[in-house]
Order: sequence, then structure tokens, then C-alpha cells
Amino acid sequence: MPLLKIGSLTVDYRTSRGTIRAVEDVSFSLEKGETLGLVGESGSGKSTLGLSVIRLVPYPGVIVKGHVKIDGKDIVRLPEHELRFIRGRKVAYIFQDPMTSLNPIKKISAHFAELIRTHEPNVKEAKALERAKTVLKDLGIRPERINDYPHQFSGGMRQRIMIGLATALNPDLVIADEPTTALDVIVQAKILDLLESLRNAYGMALILISHDLSIILERCDRVIILYAGHMFEHASSTELHRNPRHPYTQGLLQSIPNIELADQKLAAIPGSPPNMLNLPRGCRFWPRCSYVMKICRTKEPPLIDIGHNHFVRCFKYSRGRAKS
Amino acid sequence: MSEIVKVEHLKKYFPVQKSFLEQLFARKMSYVKAVDDITFSVKRGEIFTLAGESGCGKTTTGRLIIRLLEPTVGEIYFNGADITKLKGEKLRLLRRKMQIIFQDPYASLNPRMKIVDAVGHPLEIHDLAKGKEKKEIVLEVLEKVGLTPPEQFTNLHPHQLSGGQRQRVALARSIIFNPEFIVADEPVSMIDVSLRTALIDLMLNLRKDLGLTYLFITHDLAVAKYISDRIAIMYLGKIVEMSNKESLFLNPMHPYTQALLSAIPIPNPERKRKRIELTGEVPSAINIPQGCRFHSRCPYKRDECSKKEPRITEVEKEHFVACHFIKS
Amino acid sequence: MSKVKIKQSILARLIPRLTSLTKKGPSGWMAILGIIILSALVIMTVIAPWIRPHDPIKTGVGPIRAPPSSQFPMGTNHLGQDMLSRILCGGSIMLQISTLSVLVCFLIGVPLGLFSSYVGGIFDRACSLVIDAIYAFPGLVIAIAIAAMLGPGVVNMALSIAVVYIPSYFRIVRSQVLSIKELTYVEAARASGAKWHTIVFRYIFPNVIPSIVVVATINFADAVLTAAGLTFIGLGVTKDVPDWGWDLTDGRALLSSGTWWVITFPGIMIILLALGFTLIEEGLSELLNPKLQR
Repeated sequence: MPLLKIGSLTVDYRTSRGTIRAVEDVSFSLEKGETLGLVGESGSGKSTLGLSVIRLVPYPGVIVKGHVKIDGKDIVRLPEHELRFIRGRKVAYIFQDPMTSLNPIKKISAHFAELIRTHEPNVKEAKALERAKTVLKDLGIRPERINDYPHQFSGGMRQRIMIGLATALNPDLVIADEPTTALDVIVQAKILDLLESLRNAYGMALILISHDLSIILERCDRVIILYAGHMFEHASSTELHRNPRHPYTQGLLQSIPNIELADQKLAAIPGSPPNMLNLPRGCRFWPRCSYVMKICRTKEPPLIDIGHNHFVRCFKYSRGRAKS
Repeated sequence: MSEIVKVEHLKKYFPVQKSFLEQLFARKMSYVKAVDDITFSVKRGEIFTLAGESGCGKTTTGRLIIRLLEPTVGEIYFNGADITKLKGEKLRLLRRKMQIIFQDPYASLNPRMKIVDAVGHPLEIHDLAKGKEKKEIVLEVLEKVGLTPPEQFTNLHPHQLSGGQRQRVALARSIIFNPEFIVADEPVSMIDVSLRTALIDLMLNLRKDLGLTYLFITHDLAVAKYISDRIAIMYLGKIVEMSNKESLFLNPMHPYTQALLSAIPIPNPERKRKRIELTGEVPSAINIPQGCRFHSRCPYKRDECSKKEPRITEVEKEHFVACHFIKS
Repeated sequence: MSKVKIKQSILARLIPRLTSLTKKGPSGWMAILGIIILSALVIMTVIAPWIRPHDPIKTGVGPIRAPPSSQFPMGTNHLGQDMLSRILCGGSIMLQISTLSVLVCFLIGVPLGLFSSYVGGIFDRACSLVIDAIYAFPGLVIAIAIAAMLGPGVVNMALSIAVVYIPSYFRIVRSQVLSIKELTYVEAARASGAKWHTIVFRYIFPNVIPSIVVVATINFADAVLTAAGLTFIGLGVTKDVPDWGWDLTDGRALLSSGTWWVITFPGIMIILLALGFTLIEEGLSELLNPKLQR
């Protein structure tokens, strides 16, 4: 049984100006110890997808269809009080902004003590702090700094503390939503190394959400490309890099600079992402696609299995295969 | 190629805000040394990049050159003339020749101005055009930045545009005077990945068509490598390495540059690199380490480094490095 | 264009704006209700001379202290004046005072706040110090002191109320300017060579207006109450003008003899007027909040 199994998940935001379908019909599964990258631009639904895994989609978002099974338990149908055993303990979430994710009037020790004792009420305070100190040591922070307040740490240090809080209860799955976007490259590399080493040490699975395809390709086993709420391509990162199939993925790969290539020519993707309140008919990418066919303007392409665990949502690959 | 902008021994110290009592009892003022003695020049027609991590002083340098901030010490030359002390009407005339584009497209346009005014108001400020004439010029520049058909945009307000479109509007505003020199302060870092390349290409085309020179400011060395001709790497207010981009990326010499380059993610899962690890974090710009300001984190540091500050020297042709142990 | 056409075009532009307010949820409805109450009171005051049944200041039009009846729907007071006529006409002073005081506040508080924060330095410190000193006193006490110094009259009352509210305008404008000043579009204007007054009036001021509108509506409601208070303690207009404030004073003295109607009706009117302004303020402050608009 996979650790996480998501099936035809659909999430709506019911706003006063209309319903935005932020995530539509997304399915994938994740094994223990695996690293999955979710890549997309703003409005692609990547954060919504991440938050649905712990059913924390913010108001006015609603999961309207599909299931999210963690260890076989469908959390979409779980009552709120049982969700607390999933959040933090089984699945931990790391948010983008390390500056606002910690309570500024609480010492670091209080953050750890509260977290540990909420989930393990029998643990004595002193014991919890002992554990917190070993966690800090793992993160490369001097344990005596546990009595400092969040503002006494730099952005990178705070993100380390967030990671420490997320992993203190040994969760099976960590979801990191743009964990390094606010940080400089050197710190970013260190934070990603830290996540990798924790994953190796404790065997947890990791979902890394980012707009930066370079980071995802460098750090993840598998990649999902999201565009306007749809899963456009899903493959292992080596496969995706060698054989990108979706025109959008191809465009993305051609538009990110690589410092190791001499005289690289970048190609821009024409147009801009669609307005989520007014999506184009048919494939959501066709107005920007250079391979657009007649069918693309009228019908939504299905997700097509092209072998080697590689899935593409594009009519280019539907010939000779079952049409839906 | 002639120099369009030259900066000599430029420094900018910001006094640290203190409470009233602290002001009374403190013996010495303390300063954030945002820019601490930098010298460089930008050649006409090139794209010169200042790169570095947040707090290295790159943005402050850009604001100093464009005269939005007053330098503490040092001189700025534009087309050979000293503009450091320019004031009043002369400074206003200079504004037509050097412009700036900012990072955040959501904060750089007045929310209460229509696009036609946001772009064209500078013309009114300088009494160059008004009304219909202004609109004609605005339509022309909107077309130049790829907002077509321009008539559709003039009467919109900024909140009706996407981030990418806003950044094009900001670009249109900056070229309305036909300037010679533009400071581009992280112009693409808040723009979606799929729109970034188009914006960079637009900037490159404008350089060709209008004969612009850019001072490009970025933290993203991958973008810097794509767009620039020459690059200067800054660390804690100082330039530690400066050269043309080929030489910098093929042969980075300063340990900080090497570490920076090795930390950039490569979009290739099959490529595994060795990373140069730095200890600790960037020190505060209020308490800059003695000697070489990088010595507290340098993997190769020796005794000398904490005592003497290295000078920036030309190690190879057109390749400058500030390190005691790199010599020509 | 004929006058009728102009009127129609104004209405044609106003009505969709009002109806669009109803689509913005409870805050839109609050604003609309406030606008309705307020316009009803203003219209009532304007047309009062034609619809009033009696001269409001003529004494002895009826019996003394007559309770509400079909002839005198709101009764009469101790001078035998018709209360209905007095209620219909008595809003004029309140509205004049509140409008005038808001105008004075606006003309002094806003420019002061704009310049103080934009110029900064010692000028800003001095202004803030004086304004904070005024702020430290209870509003009504200052208004009473100044009104006592200036003497009665509409303009004098408006001035004394204005002094109380200038600090609110100053503070809100100042704090807004301090944050707007740092935004890059202001920097961009500086980089294009805009002079300081262009920056203040074209780039900063238009973005402060929403907050000023909100303060102004609170100010209106408070000015009505303060004006009533000043008249109540005898610092208001002379007695030959019908005024709700005076009726309150008279009504209080008459209350002991069981004459409830003289104090009740003007009281309700003052509450309605203040309520109208408050509802508009509550509605607008939510509608104009850019964070809630997205």
C-alpha cells in the first residue's frame, strides 16, 4: 500500500466573483521515502494541492471530489478531531515564509514543547526539551539557543527551525511549500541538503512544491507539472529531463537558464497563463501552444500513459491509444 | 567602447536608528555599511550586472548611481561628467537620461493612475507633451514593450493587469524619455517562470533598438549569465570579483564566487556536482569582520586574512579579484 | 444639454453605483442604509419651510405642554411651540455645523499631515508634538473651552469642534503617507524628476483619500453629537433658531413634570443622524479596504 494515494482530486474556491477550480482531477501516489516535486506557476494549484493533503485548504476552498488516502485512510471523509492525528504527526507541512511561521512572542523551546506535548501528552516538559535539543543539533543550531526568540535568528535559521518542528515527531511525509523561495542561493542549497539528509536518516517521504523547475529536477525522484489546476505531465525526473513530452514542459525547460551551458539560447513561451475565472475551452494551454490542433480547442485532453511510468495530458500522444 | 557610467570609491553608510536615550549616551554612532568603497565602470551599450545575496549592497548601489540616494563618499560620473553633486534643474534634466525599473510590479505603479498617465506622466513633469500628444507617445512606447494593441491598455488601471504586463508598463515608463542608461533592479525575479524569458528578450531587444545600456541587479546568477556582458559579484558592500561573464563562469577565482556558483541548482537530474560549503552566515553590515570581510566564512582562510583587507586587483586581463592568495 | 438631461445623466451614473453596492455583501447594505437615512434627513431639512404645519419659533401656536395629538403629532413645548415643526426645521443647524467642521478639519488636518510626513525632520516632530498634546485632552472638554472663548454661533461651534478632530485627520494621513512614501512608484516618480508637490498631489494624496473619507464620516457623526452637547450646555446657537440641541435642553427641564415628548423626538433625530453617518463609515471602511477587495 502506498503511503499517499490521491485519486481524481478536485478543489474549488467559491469566491464572490465565481467558482475557481484550482485543482482538477489530479491523481498520483507516493511511496515511503520517495521525493516528489510539484512544479507550477502562480495559480497552477500547486499549493492548494499540497494543502489538500492535510485538508487545510483555506476558505473559501472546498474539496469537491476525489480522495486523499494516507496509509489507506481517506482523510477527505475523516472527522476533524481525527485529522489532528494526521497533521503534524503523520504529515508535516513547511510553509514558504519563515519570518511569519513562528510565533514571535514564544521562545523556540516553547514551540517545541507545545508541539511534542500536544501529540504525546505523557511526555514531561524536560524530556520534550531534551528531544528538541537533539533536533536542533541535527539542524546545525547550537542547542543552547533553544531559549532564544524567533527574531534572534536569521531567515535561513528560522527555516531550519521550521524544518526541525516539522520533523520532530518523525512524520512519514513532509510537505515543503516553496521552503527556500525567500532565501539566498547558498542558504537555499543548505536547507535542501538538510531536507535530503533528514529524509535519508528517517526514511520519510517528501513533497517539494516549487515554481523553480531547476530545484525540483535537482532534488526529486519524480516530478508533476501543474498548469491551471491540471496535471500536465508526470514522470521520473530523469525521464522528464530526457524526454519532456508536453509542449508546456518543453517550453519550461527551454526557458530556464543553466549556468553550465555555454551560449545557451532561451526560448520564451508566448502569451500568459489563463485567467482561472475564464478558462479557454478545450486544453488549457492551447492559446500558448505551438502544436495546437483542431481538437485542442474543443476537447480537454485526457491524461495519457505513454509507458515508463510517464503520463502526459496532450492530444499529441493520443494516436493509437484509447481515447476518452 | 566608451564608459557611460563610472563609479569611484563609492560608499553609503546608513546611520543606525537609535532611541532618544541611546542617542544621548552612545559615544559613537554606528552605521550600516551598505556600500563600502566600490569602483567600477559601465561601458556604453553593455549589460553590466551586480550580483550577490540579499544585503550585499547591490540595490543601494543602483539607487546611488541613479541619484535616488545621496552617497556618503565617492564620485559618480555619467558620460564623463561628475553628477555626484548635481541638484535642481540639472538633476531633473539628468533624469531623462537615466531611468530605473523596480523588482515589485505591484508596488511600482500608482494604483490610482490609468496606464496612459502612469507611463506618460513623466512627459508632463518635464513639460514635453500633454493630452493628445502625450497619448500618441504612450501608444508608441506601449507598442515597443509588446503591449499590443496599445489602445486596449491606455485606459486600464494597474490592478487590471497581470504581473508580467505591469512590468512591461514599468519598462514603457522607463523608456519614455529615450534614456541612455537604465538600472534594472531584479526586474524578473517576481515574474512567473514562463513569462520571464519573454521579458528578458524584450529588454535585450530594447537595448538593440534604442541603444540602451543596462545596469542589471540580480541575485540569480543563472539569469545574470544569460543576460550580462560583464558581472561584478558583491559581498557585504564590496565587489569581490569582477570580469566578463565567460571568464567568471569558466574560471571563478574568489572562494565566495566559487561557493555561490556551486550552490545554484542545475536543471539536470543526472548531473551531480561537488558543492563548496561555507561555514556560518553572512555577518551583519554593522559589524563587518576585520581584514578580509569574507574570512569568517572562507574555507581557505589563513592568518593574514583576518589582519589585512585585500585590494581588488586585475589578476587576468579584465578579471579583477579581491583575495590575498590570488595573484596574476 | 438641457437641465433635465443633465439630471438624468447624473442619476444614470449614480444608480448603477448604488446598486453595485448591494452586491458587495453586508458592508454594501450598511452603506446604502446609511445613505438613505442621511439623504432623508437632509431632504427633510431642506423642504421643511414648505411642509411645516406652523412657524417653529412662534410661541403659543397651541396650548402649553400639550401631549402628542392629531393636531400636534409631536406635542408642544412649554412655550406652546409646535414640536413637529421644530423637529422638521431643527436639523439645519446640526447639518451646517457638522459639514463646516468636517470641512475645516479636512482643510487643515490633511495638508498638515501630508507635509509633515513628507518633509519629515524637525517640522514633523513639532507638528506631531502639538497634535499629540491636543489628542491627550478629552474632546468635549476642548470643544467646550474653545466654544466658551469664541462665544455662540454656527461658525464658532464648527471651529471648536474642528479643533477636536484635526488630530485624527493628521494622524491617519501621516501614517498612510509614511508607508506610501516607501513604495517604489513614488521612487519612480522621483526618478523621473517629479517635483515634491507633484509627488505629494499626484502620487501620494490620491492614495490617502479612501482613509480620509472614512475618518470624515466618523467625524460627521461625532460632530453631530458634540454640537448637540455644546448646545445642551448653553454654548450653542441663539434661541431664535429651531435646533434639536436646544430642544434637548428644554426637554430635560420638562422631563420632571412628565413631559416626555419634548426630549424624545429631538433625541431620536440626533441618534438617527449620527447613525446614518456611522453606517456609511462602517460600510465604506470595509469597501475601501484594499485587502478585502481582492
